[in-house]
Amino acid sequence: MSPTAEPAVPVLAASNVGFAYDDTEVLHDVTFDLRPGEFVALVGPNGSGKSTLVRILLGLLQPLGGRTLLFGAPPTALRERSRVGYVPQRATATSDLPATVEEVVRVGRARRGRWWRPLRSADHNAVDHALTSVALDDLRRRRIGDLSGGQQQRVLIAKALAGEPDLLVLDEPIAGVDAESQRLFRDSLVHLVKEHSAAVLLVSHELGAVADDLDRVVVLNRTVVFDGPGADLVATGVSLGVHREDLPLWLEGLN
Amino acid sequence: MPWPFEREYMQLALVAGIVVGACAPLIGTFLVHKRMSLLGDGIGHLAFAGVAGGLLLGVWPVWSALAISVLGAIAIERLRTRGHATGDLALALFLYGGIAAAVVLASRSDGGTAKALPYLFGSILTVTPGDVVVVVATGAVIVTAIAVTGRALFAIVVDEESARVAGLPVDALNTLLVALAAVTVVAAMRVVGVLLVAALMVLPVATARLLARSFRATLVVGAVAGIACVIIGLAAARAWALAPGGAIVLTAAAAFALTVTVRDVRRSGFLLPH
Repeated sequence: MSPTAEPAVPVLAASNVGFAYDDTEVLHDVTFDLRPGEFVALVGPNGSGKSTLVRILLGLLQPLGGRTLLFGAPPTALRERSRVGYVPQRATATSDLPATVEEVVRVGRARRGRWWRPLRSADHNAVDHALTSVALDDLRRRRIGDLSGGQQQRVLIAKALAGEPDLLVLDEPIAGVDAESQRLFRDSLVHLVKEHSAAVLLVSHELGAVADDLDRVVVLNRTVVFDGPGADLVATGVSLGVHREDLPLWLEGLN
Repeated sequence: MPWPFEREYMQLALVAGIVVGACAPLIGTFLVHKRMSLLGDGIGHLAFAGVAGGLLLGVWPVWSALAISVLGAIAIERLRTRGHATGDLALALFLYGGIAAAVVLASRSDGGTAKALPYLFGSILTVTPGDVVVVVATGAVIVTAIAVTGRALFAIVVDEESARVAGLPVDALNTLLVALAAVTVVAAMRVVGVLLVAALMVLPVATARLLARSFRATLVVGAVAGIACVIIGLAAARAWALAPGGAIVLTAAAAFALTVTVRDVRRSGFLLPH
């Protein structure tokens, strides 16, 4: 639940963001924010601009209109980069990489201003903790390519968790992931939100495992078409345990 | 030293070869896993243009090759990251541009083509103590650079975008990596030649990938395999009067083939008692 004691600075804020690839408008007048300790899902049909919005919010892409803030600063000017954890839609080549689970998770400790330093005991502790929280402690010396798809996804989440972020952004992290991995995934996110007051932005089609834990759901279809508690969205007749086909149909009905 | 390294020229070749055999796979491990396996080849062709230019201008060809390769490698990386050309297209532009420039420059200088040949295929007979000093110095630079930046380079290999989000200087590190690759090519050019240098960046890594479980082990096994191939290749070249560059690279290819075969046979359970 959102802390109400003080009007905290949003960890993430987008105001009137617009973006287009060539002549095709992808995002139009997108406005929303994310506050500390909030667990928010960003959902929408294929091609609704979710991934583009995430890339803009993280400063990987410049918006054509509007502006975004990360911890109150423009994304490219943010110096405390380690406060942000990012799990991209698909990591470059992890399954083909000759690397152990532990090596990949350790990458989460490489960050602005101290990437050349050898790891210290605090770094190793954070790595251990991240591995434990996604139940991969036993597999830490295994080659990542030998793991199942769900386990590999958990490695990437552990890599982001190892950075002890105040904001965690995950792009389609549970697509095609087995039930056991989804449950562990849910537990580690809820732990992060509850224990560390971190904010989590989960971009996904499927909300099954986390539907009950969400503070808000933001539905994007080029612009924000719904922003509120999941219960209100359910009241409109759509289950949050949607299969990937259901949501786009519902959005068409809305228009 | 015992045969085949009892002669001074073989000892010089051995020292230069060991440094190159270790350094090329170190850089290559990062390139291969960034899917840039052929970068060394493109740089090799640019280095050849540098050699031809140096011969024409009366500059020590190693310096001119170094300048052209480093600048060219950075330009390839810029083209790739700015999206002006896809990775292999950017590489092709420089590869063909380099070899064409080399041919043209060599044709302008007296006996240029003949003088440039040792650089094309390597020439251990003419490796001088000065060459060895340059190779050892560049090797020290490469090992130090990898020791300092290796963790961050690995972060980029795992995922470039989250490395950017974490605030790592991704563009600077990518530029450093291609510049180091160019330095390696020039260091290796006298030993295996510009046409074959890229092989030492790729083949030992391909072997190491099969044997190692971790990235760190891939780096170490690749370097050890590279050194072993150089020693065996040089010995074979001496024994049967072969071109050393070719002998070294064939050894590296054979090592890969042997490793694949042994692994497949073991996986099929043929050698395992049941």
